[in-house]
Amino acid sequence: MKQADFVSLVMPFKDKVFRLAKRLLVSREEAEDATQEILLKLWKNNKKIGDYKNVEAFSMTMTKNFCLDRLKSKQASNLKIVHSNYTDSSSSLQNQVEAKDSVDWVSKIMEDLPEQQKIIVQLRDIEDYDYSDIAKMLDMNETAVRVNLSRARKTIREKLTNTHQHGIK
Amino acid sequence: MVLNNIEDLIEKYHNAETSLQEEAQLKAYFASDNVAAHLEHYKPMFQYFSQSKQEQYTKDVPLNSKKTKLYQWISVAAVAVLMLGLIVPSFMGPTEEEKQEALMVYNQTMEAFNLISLGMNEGKTQLTNLAVAGENIDEGAKQASKLSEFNTMTNKILKNK
Repeated sequence: MKQADFVSLVMPFKDKVFRLAKRLLVSREEAEDATQEILLKLWKNNKKIGDYKNVEAFSMTMTKNFCLDRLKSKQASNLKIVHSNYTDSSSSLQNQVEAKDSVDWVSKIMEDLPEQQKIIVQLRDIEDYDYSDIAKMLDMNETAVRVNLSRARKTIREKLTNTHQHGIK
Repeated sequence: MVLNNIEDLIEKYHNAETSLQEEAQLKAYFASDNVAAHLEHYKPMFQYFSQSKQEQYTKDVPLNSKKTKLYQWISVAAVAVLMLGLIVPSFMGPTEEEKQEALMVYNQTMEAFNLISLGMNEGKTQLTNLAVAGENIDEGAKQASKLSEFNTMTNKILKNK
């Protein structure tokens, strides 16, 4: 596989990889590093890439595992301070992107969700994947995906309603 | 009618029972301006979802692995050249010129040694002279002792008188 072929194969989903990484790692820089890492890993195995049934799903699984590993290693090596630094800078970036305060709230609410639910909401509500695809990517069954998604959506609704009413009262 | 439909969809949405089409419908509804007041608080959520979808990965990925491979091989080649430079001359042995040079140096040193040995021989002959002188001195000493003996003898004769 040549470089051009690889780029055209990867192009459609590299943004999705990046967004999932950013959802999990919060900071933009971290997410960019993770995306680069994953694309390089794919490129290194470009000879085997033809054997994968669904490169996109495979990459999403890779991203999920990679990011969770990153988070774990960070917690182990006590790099939390650095991480929250990144959070700060990225939230200011988000502020630039997101004009509305209430929209910003949603991202904060999503940050508080458990990782599993974050991933599922990201894949379903933002990337519009099928339940069956998500189930494959996360190695879960569809019912479990639905249950987790429903929980996550209800949590978001609850918190959103609360903040909304705070704004009024 | 439409509102009822949307409320149903939201309920289904929260139970994770909506299909992708229905979710698209919801997103379209909340993206529009005429959202019912009591559903207003869902708006930021769907707005956020569609906004986050816009985010793109803009960084370039360095895929030029060929170049890096070349760089790796350059270092290997450099080491190989260095090793060749060290090993080959010792395998080839000295060249003709070097042999001649070595011979010249050998001859020069031999000459120098010869000069030294000449000087040594001269010194040796002088040493033998010295040894001869030593012998003479010994003989003189012997004669001196004879003289002292003669002295004692004369003394004895004088006493007897």
